[in-house]
Amino acid sequence: MLVGNGIEDEEKWLAEGIAGIQHHAFYMHRALDANNLRETLKYSAQMLSELRTSKLSPHKYYELYMRAFDELRKLEMFFKEESKHGVSIVDLYELVQHAGNILPRLYLLCTVGSVYIKSKEAPARDVLKDLVEMCRGVQHPIRGLFLRSYLAQVSRDKLPDLGSEYEGDADTVVDAVDFVLQNFTEMNKLWVRMHYQGPGQIREKREKERSELRDLVGKNLHVLGQIEGVDLEMYKGTVLPRVLEQVVNCKDELAQYYLMDCIIQVFPDEYHLQTLETLLGAFPQLQPTVDIKTVLSRLMDRLSNYAASSIEVLPEFLQVEAFAKLSNAIGRVIETQVDMPIVGVIALYVSLLTFTLRVHPERLDYVDQVLGACVKKLSGKPKLEDNRATKQVVALLTAPLEKYNDIVTALTLSNYPRVMDCLDNGTNKAMAMVIIQSIMNNNTCISTADKVEVLFELIKGLIKDLDGTSVDELDEEDFKDEQNSVARLIHMLYNDDPEEMLKIIYTVKKHIMSGGPQRLPFTVPPLIFSALRYVGYGLQLVRRLQCQDGDVVGEEVPATPKQIFQLLNQTIDALSSVSSPELALRLYLQCAEAAGACDLEPIAYEFFTQAFVLYEEEIADSKAQVTAIHLIIGTLQRMNVFGVENRDTLTHKATGYSAKLLKKPDQCRAVYACSHLFWVDDQDGIKDGERVLLCLKRALRIANAAQQMIAVTRGRSGPVTLFVEILNKYLYFFEKGNPQITTDAIGGLVELITTEMQSDSTTVASDAFFSSTVRYIQFQKEKGGALGEKYASIKV
Amino acid sequence: MNYLIGAFKPSCHISITFTDAKNRKQVQLKKENGQTVMVPLFQSQENIAGKISIDPIQGKKVEHNGVKVELLGQIEMYFDRGNFYDFTSLVRELDVPGEIYERKTYPFEFSTVEMPYETYNGVNVRLRYVLKVTISRGYAGSIVEYQDFVVRNYSPPPSINNSIKMEVGIEDCLHIEFEYNKSKYHLKDVIIGKIYFLLVRIKIKNMDLEIRRRESTGSGANTHVETETLAKFELMDGAPVRGESIPIRLFLSPYELTPTHRNINNKFSVKYYLNLVLVDEEDRRYFKQQEITIYRLQETS
Repeated sequence: MLVGNGIEDEEKWLAEGIAGIQHHAFYMHRALDANNLRETLKYSAQMLSELRTSKLSPHKYYELYMRAFDELRKLEMFFKEESKHGVSIVDLYELVQHAGNILPRLYLLCTVGSVYIKSKEAPARDVLKDLVEMCRGVQHPIRGLFLRSYLAQVSRDKLPDLGSEYEGDADTVVDAVDFVLQNFTEMNKLWVRMHYQGPGQIREKREKERSELRDLVGKNLHVLGQIEGVDLEMYKGTVLPRVLEQVVNCKDELAQYYLMDCIIQVFPDEYHLQTLETLLGAFPQLQPTVDIKTVLSRLMDRLSNYAASSIEVLPEFLQVEAFAKLSNAIGRVIETQVDMPIVGVIALYVSLLTFTLRVHPERLDYVDQVLGACVKKLSGKPKLEDNRATKQVVALLTAPLEKYNDIVTALTLSNYPRVMDCLDNGTNKAMAMVIIQSIMNNNTCISTADKVEVLFELIKGLIKDLDGTSVDELDEEDFKDEQNSVARLIHMLYNDDPEEMLKIIYTVKKHIMSGGPQRLPFTVPPLIFSALRYVGYGLQLVRRLQCQDGDVVGEEVPATPKQIFQLLNQTIDALSSVSSPELALRLYLQCAEAAGACDLEPIAYEFFTQAFVLYEEEIADSKAQVTAIHLIIGTLQRMNVFGVENRDTLTHKATGYSAKLLKKPDQCRAVYACSHLFWVDDQDGIKDGERVLLCLKRALRIANAAQQMIAVTRGRSGPVTLFVEILNKYLYFFEKGNPQITTDAIGGLVELITTEMQSDSTTVASDAFFSSTVRYIQFQKEKGGALGEKYASIKV
Repeated sequence: MNYLIGAFKPSCHISITFTDAKNRKQVQLKKENGQTVMVPLFQSQENIAGKISIDPIQGKKVEHNGVKVELLGQIEMYFDRGNFYDFTSLVRELDVPGEIYERKTYPFEFSTVEMPYETYNGVNVRLRYVLKVTISRGYAGSIVEYQDFVVRNYSPPPSINNSIKMEVGIEDCLHIEFEYNKSKYHLKDVIIGKIYFLLVRIKIKNMDLEIRRRESTGSGANTHVETETLAKFELMDGAPVRGESIPIRLFLSPYELTPTHRNINNKFSVKYYLNLVLVDEEDRRYFKQQEITIYRLQETS
């Protein structure tokens, strides 16, 4: 209610003020038309008296001021024409000072003063000096600011700048600068003073009002920036020190922040570069609450843009040691401003890092230095809890990655992992993900064990459980994502040099083994495959060497594949012990195959043994058993490294397990699959037709038993699918030329199936399967040729 | 009433003219009835000469016991109105007793007249110079004619003219130091100075510089003091902080000042003061008054 009234009242007061100005302006116009100086002065002073109000907020006051400003333009025109009023400008300058009230007096004085300078009857310097001095009389912040802003406005085009018409013997650019600086200083003082006036409870509102007025103050700096005559020398010697002195001494948060920013924005980049030390020297002296980081960041942004603008300016940066200075300054600021929140500190380092990356991309030591400084600041503190600070750290870490697009570079930064240590676990992981993404996106290959070591150090949040993380709080999906990324990453660790590659593998193993049961299923397979790839590569190498010179077998290969396989064995063992037996089994088989390819029979045998042990001890689920046994059979079938004895043992085992599966159909299928173990369709593969037939017959028996079981339990016969499948196996071996498979046997089987189908005609699927098979036989018959002849004797 | 005026109409017309009337500077003089007239301006040690012509009304003769002209310097106190105190009185006999039939002109001259005091029109006192022509007549009463003139005396610039510098204050509340560039100003002078704020604990709203005239009349128990504020000139708007210095530049020319008069014939004195006034937000006034001397400087035009 109160506030509402306040606003309404203000509107009213403003309206009254405007009406007053219009009223007096009317009479002033009449006097102007009549060329009556006395009346003109009288009414203009009355009009300007409206500006003496204290009731308006800056915003409204500005409206009023603009009205008066327009009227003053007319007055100025009148003053210019001496013929109209008949008083010399010098006398006029005195005459307006007779006004009793100070505010109208000074507005008039400024107006006449500007005409006075234009007339060149007195040196611009003297007039300006007098005006800026007299304006001290208005100590009311708002009125003073507007008055001085008026002064700045009317004098702006009349400064004795270099090359200006007002420059003369007595008037130099120094005077222009002095004038603007003084006006600036006074305005800033008034502006700062606003903060301390009035009761405390409306402070917030007043600060808002103050910030509305800031451009009035800043305009002076803008003018300074536009004075032609301010060269580097003068900027360095006069302008900057004096502006900074004012900024530092005013001890006001709002002003310091705004003005520092102004300085940075208004003056040219090369000036900043050359005065970096002075400029930066001011920062530690600012109030602790000033948002230094933003200002410094802007400075660094500007400088980096400047550096980017042209290659020619880069030597300047080196010459003034921009980096060292910025770095020192930041250090000092952080030291002095004890209360600066950690987020600010890190933000500063982020800006410095950005600057470094843009200006000195080749100086990795600088980058490392920045990170080091950051670590120093963060170390000894508990892990970051502050969300924003964390974000800043992430930014800090991401910047080099983005710049270099190459994690390898980041890996050479010794402080990089130490910064990461400061993050909380969640963010650390996220950051690790970012790193991995970066590697993936750029397809970077990490090619030395040392780098791998560092890399794993970086992403250790993903690799193992960190202290204080309970497993429960992990989101399963996230976890999977993370681990999948790690798995992908492992594939990127590669070197053509076997020696180095081996080291890499050892390193990776060392790290992932610490990952705990949950991670191993994700991380072990890539490691295994990566190692197998290495083995495969080593093998090629050996072979190549053998081609060149038969003697040097294995000598050039630093680690024999044996060692690798031992390593793999351990690794998989670890996996099997953490209840991922199925995965372990697969990996064993994979390894066995690879070992086989290397002609390492004992090792391959060992792997198989492990696989079987697993099968026996760990795989209890019948479905899993089915899958496992098929895998075993498949792998075994492909391997030709084993001697007769070993192979017998293994095939025997496999067949045995096949027959012991729980469900009859599964048994049947496994058994007929086993038949392939005795018939490898290679040149030198084993071809034991008899045992093939044995298997198939056994499968047939099992199928029969299955059929009967169905008949007993359900009262009708089951589908003939199994029979058809066995028939297909028969046909396969028949075609492959197994002498034990006779046309009679095939014909018998077909007949059997036909009979079975007559008693049961429920399943369409097996029906279709069968008829396709029969059609195939017919087709082969009709096709003729060698195969056709063989088929001819099959009766269907 | 016309006939009454006719009845008491003086039987002759007296006019007083100054020798150098055409060249002499004329200044305004405020008469008792409030009207301003232009009168000639003299200074001390000047010759005051002219002619007095007596022109009887047509067909009448003027009998008299003698004609004289007096130069009077008079001080008139308003509480004692009509009672003049002549501090200067010079007489020239113009004619022996006799009769005047027709226009008759008498030259007169007072040479190097000592007129130490300036013409002054104050609140309670008036100092004037006048030429008084008297045609003495026995029974019918004398015929008297007055001619005012103004005397202004010029002083050379004072050889010693120190600035006024002073530190004043209220303990723990307000301490200021002010400086006026001179202690003696001429009438068209400019007061230049500054006020330096050493301590400000009160909320000042504004600061004015006043010029005050203190006219004291009478003496002893009858002393009558009248103070007028002739100028009120705003020096500062708003509240300054410690260390601030505010410039003063006050042109005296727009104000109607007179020179300082000290003890004019033991009858009155006129003094001028600069009064620095600070007003706080509760409209309390804090002030410091300093006497300045005002003198009349010979205009060099």
